[in-house]
Amino acid sequence: MKYPSQAVAKPYFVAAIALFIVQIAFGLILGMQYVVGDFLFPEIPFNVARMVHTNLLIVWLLFGFFGAAYYLVPEEAQRDLYSPKLATILFWVFLVAGGLTVLGYLLVPYATLAEITGNRFFPTMGREFLEQPTITKIGIVIVALGFLYNISMTVLSGRKTVVNVVLLSGLIGLALFFLFAFYNPVNLVDDKYYWWWVVHLWVEGVWELILGAILAYVLIKTTGVDREVIEKWLYIIIAMTLITGIIGTGHHYYWIGTPVYWQWWGSIFSALEPIPFFMMTVFAFNMVNQRRRDHPNKAAVLWAMGTAVMAFLGAGVWGFLHTLSPVNFYTHGTQITAAHGHMAFYGAYVMIVLTIISYAWPKMHGREAANPRAQVVEMWSFWLMSVSMVFITLFLTAAGVLQVWMQRYSETPEPFMVVQEKIALFYWMREAAGVVFMVGLLVYVASFFVKPGAAEAPAAAEAQA
Amino acid sequence: MAEVFTKNMARNMYYGGGLFFFLLFLGLTVDTELSAPERDNRGAITPQVALGKKLWEENNCIGCHSLLGEGAYYAPELGNVYERFGNSTIAIKAYIRGRPKEGIPGRRSMPQFDFSEEELDALAEFLRYANGIDTANWPPNIQG
Ligand code: HEC
Ligand code: HEM
Ligand code: HEM
Ligand SMILES: [Fe+2]
Repeated sequence: MKYPSQAVAKPYFVAAIALFIVQIAFGLILGMQYVVGDFLFPEIPFNVARMVHTNLLIVWLLFGFFGAAYYLVPEEAQRDLYSPKLATILFWVFLVAGGLTVLGYLLVPYATLAEITGNRFFPTMGREFLEQPTITKIGIVIVALGFLYNISMTVLSGRKTVVNVVLLSGLIGLALFFLFAFYNPVNLVDDKYYWWWVVHLWVEGVWELILGAILAYVLIKTTGVDREVIEKWLYIIIAMTLITGIIGTGHHYYWIGTPVYWQWWGSIFSALEPIPFFMMTVFAFNMVNQRRRDHPNKAAVLWAMGTAVMAFLGAGVWGFLHTLSPVNFYTHGTQITAAHGHMAFYGAYVMIVLTIISYAWPKMHGREAANPRAQVVEMWSFWLMSVSMVFITLFLTAAGVLQVWMQRYSETPEPFMVVQEKIALFYWMREAAGVVFMVGLLVYVASFFVKPGAAEAPAAAEAQA
Repeated sequence: MAEVFTKNMARNMYYGGGLFFFLLFLGLTVDTELSAPERDNRGAITPQVALGKKLWEENNCIGCHSLLGEGAYYAPELGNVYERFGNSTIAIKAYIRGRPKEGIPGRRSMPQFDFSEEELDALAEFLRYANGIDTANWPPNIQG
């Protein structure tokens, strides 16, 4: 770590991992409710557990992105962060706002939460992923603005690397498109149309810029490959992201009351969306093969390559699977969607945050890398989480195919609830894979506490960054 | 990648491509908005439907159900429930009113929301309005 102010990223990373654990705990509750319908009912109804699961996911990924920016932007800009104090204040604001919101979900009925937070004056609640009370949304905007101010001041008055500029533009896009969360017309078609400007233009647009920038940064650091080469790759990848992903939004406009031509626009452009993800995989493997140094942080390199592969599988392959309109006609809103959502979010965004934490955490503690024993444990957690996520995806895909077959495609379609009971076996298997995922996550946390072996201790202490 | 394709060209492709396709997207959005009245059943939007949508949101129905295929996948699709229930708002109201407080043992359960008669009417009318949106013949059949 070159600049003391980079250390403000620490609490962000700690909070990210803590919330990640809670997110997965609620995932396990949801998985249980899928098979034991009255599990925790009526104390924690499914919809409440789901909000906690998905909103915590978003919040901890944002903590991860913010932390990543606070860590890498000063180093790239070659100056200290504009205001470490602002970063610390915003951390607490965000944590308290997020914590109170989740407690609100759990402690009072959702309608009561809407009532006491004045949703009637400015209704924005009750839409998937955007369930937060309006005041929480305003809080998010304030935190994001403060964060962007801090980062922009740092970037603009320092060395302007491609990584910094791309990261900053992704973060600005993130804040801009979130503003559509405040647009909630009564007209359902309009509502849905612009809802996707938050959800799709985030994960298949601006977040990919953030992903690309962080990945490029870690590859520059760990492989020692010439910056020029990596920057060119980064530009091409994110160019393809925007060229395919913006019109690709059309893959959500097939069946919600929008013009039929979206079936063409959406199918053609979104079918090209795997390209940037594929390029990311080629990029990561090429850079590692051309490396000029063997970085001691093997775990971080593994996470970086894992991100590229799993993002391609989850977003690229599982996205393509259901993106053409004739296929989507049958799979829309089934377990196929859930399968894709899980692997894509995990592969792209969860893993990139774990990559930067893996790289930056030892650096922030004055070491080039964690001790080899700790790295071995960390790599175990990598495989446990990634393999169990592959299985979660496969089980949900199997459930989805059967669901489509019995409920949508068959000559004698069966009712939703009947079909759900018939495919319960796959939900049980998903739950089992979920438990393994949780174990992997706990192993991950444990890896931070693993002490070096007796023979390694002196060497590790000397390897100052 | 050979030197024929330089970093500057890559950067221009990013800015140029991003801008071009965003503008194209805005153009398609304008066209979508202009032709929306033909499909989006806006004629059916009454104050009652607006109240129904508000109740739909403030009780987070989307956290279990999907509506036009979006939302959660734990409970039946409701975009066409009006048709599935024999084009009857009365049946929808009766269903929502009839949910047992403690759930149904062992079965996925829907909460009892204790809605008033007026609120039930509004929710049912909202679902009827949603059912009237032209969704290019989705879902494939009545089961949603
Ligand atoms: C905690 C999850 C949950 C929430 C929240 C929820 N529902 Fe349900 N709903 C269900 C389940 C599960 C079923 C199927 C129950 C069964 O078949 O026994 C269902 C069934 C229905 C049905 C009948 C569908 C059919 O085809 O049989 C309607 C109508 C309905 N819900 C409306 C609503 C409305 C309106 C709201 C919001 C005010 C809502 N639900 C909120 C879980 C939920
Ligand atoms: C990292 C990138 C991505 C993430 C995190 C992601 C995540 C998601 C999530 C969570 C949903 C469900 C949304 C909802 O609840 O309604 C979804 C839907 C969808 N995604 Fe992705 N996605 C990514 C990339 C892609 C790509 C590249 C494609 C196409 C090739 C794609 C195709 C689709 C389609 C077609 C749907 C709609 C499914 C339906 O009709 O129910 N996604 N995505
Ligand atoms: C890092 C790991 C995880 C990520 C990134 C993640 C992400 C998500 C996302 C994005 C959704 C919304 C999906 C959609 O709308 O399509 C979701 C829903 C859900 N998740 Fe997870 N999740 C993770 C782990 C788990 C685990 C371990 C389980 C259970 C074993 C689980 C169970 C569920 C369930 C049951 C739903 C609700 C699906 C529905 O709407 O019916 N998740 N999760
Ligand atoms: Fe999308």
